Amino acid sequence: MEGIKQLLASNIRRFTMIIALVGIIILFQILTHGILLTPLNVTNIIMQNSYIIVLAIGMMLVIITGEIDLSVGSVAAFVGAVSGVLLVSWDLPVFLGIIICLALGALIGAWQGYWVAYVNIPSFIVTLAGMLIFRGLTLVVLQGQTLAPFPDSFRKLSSSFIPDLFGNGELQLFTILIGLIFTVIYIVSEFSIRKKDIKYGFNTLSMPLLMLKIILLSVVINLFTYILAQYEGLPYVLLILVALVLGYTFIMNKTVLGRHIYAVGGNANAAKLSGVKTKRMKFLVFMNMGILAALSGMIFAGRLNAATPQAGNLFELDAIAAAVIGGASFTGGIGTIFGAVIGALVMGVLNNGMSLMGIGIDWQQAIKGLVLLAAVAFDVLNKNK
Amino acid sequence: MSVDSPILEMKSITKRFPGVKALDDVNLNVQQGEIHALIGENGAGKSTLMKVLSGVHAYGTYEGEIIFNGSLCEFKNINESEELGIVIIHQELALIPELSIAENIFLGNEQQKNGVINWSETLVKTIELLKKVGLKVDPEEKIKNIGVGQQQLVEIAKALSKDVRLLILDEPTAALNEEDSENLLNLLVELKEQGMTSILISHKLKELLKVSDSLTVLRDGQTIQTYHLSSQKITESIIIKDMVGRDLTNLYPERKKVIGNEVVFEVKDWSVYHPLDPNKQLLHNVNLKVKKGEIIGIAGLMGAGRTELAMSIFGKSYGKKISGELYKGGQKIKLNDVSEAIKHKIAYVSENRKDYGLILIDSVRKNLTLSNLKKVSNKNILNMNDEIVEAESIKTKMNVKAPSIEQVTNHLSGGNQQKVVLGKWIFTDPDLLILDEPSRGIDIGAKFEIYKIINELAEKGKSIIMISSELPELLGMCDRIYTLCEGKITADVDIDEADQETLMTYMTQSWRS
Repeated sequence: MEGIKQLLASNIRRFTMIIALVGIIILFQILTHGILLTPLNVTNIIMQNSYIIVLAIGMMLVIITGEIDLSVGSVAAFVGAVSGVLLVSWDLPVFLGIIICLALGALIGAWQGYWVAYVNIPSFIVTLAGMLIFRGLTLVVLQGQTLAPFPDSFRKLSSSFIPDLFGNGELQLFTILIGLIFTVIYIVSEFSIRKKDIKYGFNTLSMPLLMLKIILLSVVINLFTYILAQYEGLPYVLLILVALVLGYTFIMNKTVLGRHIYAVGGNANAAKLSGVKTKRMKFLVFMNMGILAALSGMIFAGRLNAATPQAGNLFELDAIAAAVIGGASFTGGIGTIFGAVIGALVMGVLNNGMSLMGIGIDWQQAIKGLVLLAAVAFDVLNKNK
Repeated sequence: MSVDSPILEMKSITKRFPGVKALDDVNLNVQQGEIHALIGENGAGKSTLMKVLSGVHAYGTYEGEIIFNGSLCEFKNINESEELGIVIIHQELALIPELSIAENIFLGNEQQKNGVINWSETLVKTIELLKKVGLKVDPEEKIKNIGVGQQQLVEIAKALSKDVRLLILDEPTAALNEEDSENLLNLLVELKEQGMTSILISHKLKELLKVSDSLTVLRDGQTIQTYHLSSQKITESIIIKDMVGRDLTNLYPERKKVIGNEVVFEVKDWSVYHPLDPNKQLLHNVNLKVKKGEIIGIAGLMGAGRTELAMSIFGKSYGKKISGELYKGGQKIKLNDVSEAIKHKIAYVSENRKDYGLILIDSVRKNLTLSNLKKVSNKNILNMNDEIVEAESIKTKMNVKAPSIEQVTNHLSGGNQQKVVLGKWIFTDPDLLILDEPSRGIDIGAKFEIYKIINELAEKGKSIIMISSELPELLGMCDRIYTLCEGKITADVDIDEADQETLMTYMTQSWRS
């Protein structure tokens, strides 16, 4: 009992986020009479929010360094437009097109990072300018037109599923198998961490508590893949998301680079005097944001199967809201990748649930705004206690 | 002036902070119409006492009572004390640089009717006030365009505009040159003759003895003595003895001196200009050297360029147009940023641990390893287990009092924070440590521990440059002391020949005139 209490106390922020998400899911599951968690709809939620989650991960890093990026929606639109020109108009090979687009994203990120990190212009201003610049360039590139359709292999990125190797049609067994493999890898890693902790003589979770955690997470993972398996199976984009979340979580928690990024946001002066290259860190974080915005733009274009001038409208606000609901602090230094994903899912489930209920877009906006404010207010009040 | 009419009585004031008793049964009596000096070392409790008086520390957070003008005061905030005419002028001036003198003087007290400001009245009153404080400048001049001495006078004018009954000045002359100081003190005497009561906090004994009527000495949060200068013959040495109050040898731990002959670090012809004003030279051809196992001190008044010297050496972290040469172990080195300085095994502990030393929202562990993550990582991937082991070991070695290494540093006391900063730099295994005010704002016990750590480092053959504004500290710790005045080294004094007076003479030896 003591163990659980301690666990709760030290992870209160994370738990409240998860509890909020679970609460919202249960609420809409009831309000929509069970439509929310049907296999088709769960697949939809993932696909509809994939590009926001990609942006939210990058935005989380930007906010951790104490900056902001308002341009990501425009950058995503611009890169989407360029991908349209490359793949639809010029018929370049898809792989080459994707590489060029990611490189373009990196270049755009580097451009903004340069002004923020090395010229010391507030990121709000630089990226506000970027928002206008790249929205404008989107129109220039597309000349006001919509480019379509994209080659099939490009669309796979955002709207196809992993083929079922066993193919019995009813249930996607391959998806379930992947879920099981993932579960095994997870359990093995939990035990190897435990072994190391014991070797170093650290405190570990008590065995029953660890079992509880493992069982809970295993059930969640497999339930999730089971639901997906009832429809078309695992979407490719989910694999991209899982890879991004695991990769960025690793970078932020387990590498010198990640530690330095947190340090810059926590106290830039102290970080600088501790040998952290604060400017380079900010530059890299913006460059990374550019790459992720490019990826997001391509996923969105692939999903629409068109490059349109209006793409990415207000994406930046969704991404910022996701990061903030997910626990990012605007003073910098605080936030997790996991939190960004949870935040994006909270917004996504809200959107989806309200749409299923037939609530108009007008009320949806207002309610989302209130949820954002409530999440941050809760956090602030909690801290003041 | 009647001796029996105190305007202010502070009785048995005790103020506790977590882990520290900042004030312990302090008594202060200030007579109507006098200049009362308050003196004591850094950390003696002067500022805390004034914060209690002005309501920054609200009634109820301290014990004891305050009687002002015959009535008991229970200030909940600074507005309530100002209403009664108690005004504090802080060391860091609270003026807004972009506003004019007149606007600053009447900020928060605007001459207005229904929210519309009457500028003519504001100007007329400002001119009157400026005349009172003897300041001959345009009242519409912006604050940023006048000197620090003049700004100080504006602060006083602002206080006068509020119908002040007790004026408290915290180190008003610390940043002033001799002439401006003289002016300011004369003004205080003049105001006194018009009936003003003031409390003057300062480190400069000479000026206090010159202008004040009474003088109270604080030490370690206790009142030591109150002198009435009109009836008692007091000398500087009596006051210093009261301030320090104990044998210096008790305050500073013994060290086995093992000073090598080899010069570990040398600075040659070091010149630095102000980062924002490239015409303002802050350091002029500074030369200094440190031997193996040696602790050298740098003594200088505020604004002499001590921190600027340290930070400009440490990876050019301060200043522009830096010229000069650095030698480490006889080799010429170039330090273009902090990571290069760390690579050359140089460490710098900042004077401002909260803003420049620690990441307050992070744990003890993360702070301790930040400067040398290389040691707990492999190919840039952290080994968290190694990190925990290393952090635990430094925490124990430094005797950091925190429940665990996961404790957020914001919640530690000043002394423990300083130990974390010091520990963080010891973790980089430096040959040379530059310590900027290593004992500022921490209590006596923690000070002693930090001195012991410094001594141990020196005994192990590390070289140490110690910057301090407390001369006794330098005298107690160092082997050699350089004095810095207006950006220039004015003397290199061996510890056997050093005493406070000699150092003070060199520190104030203006070479510009």
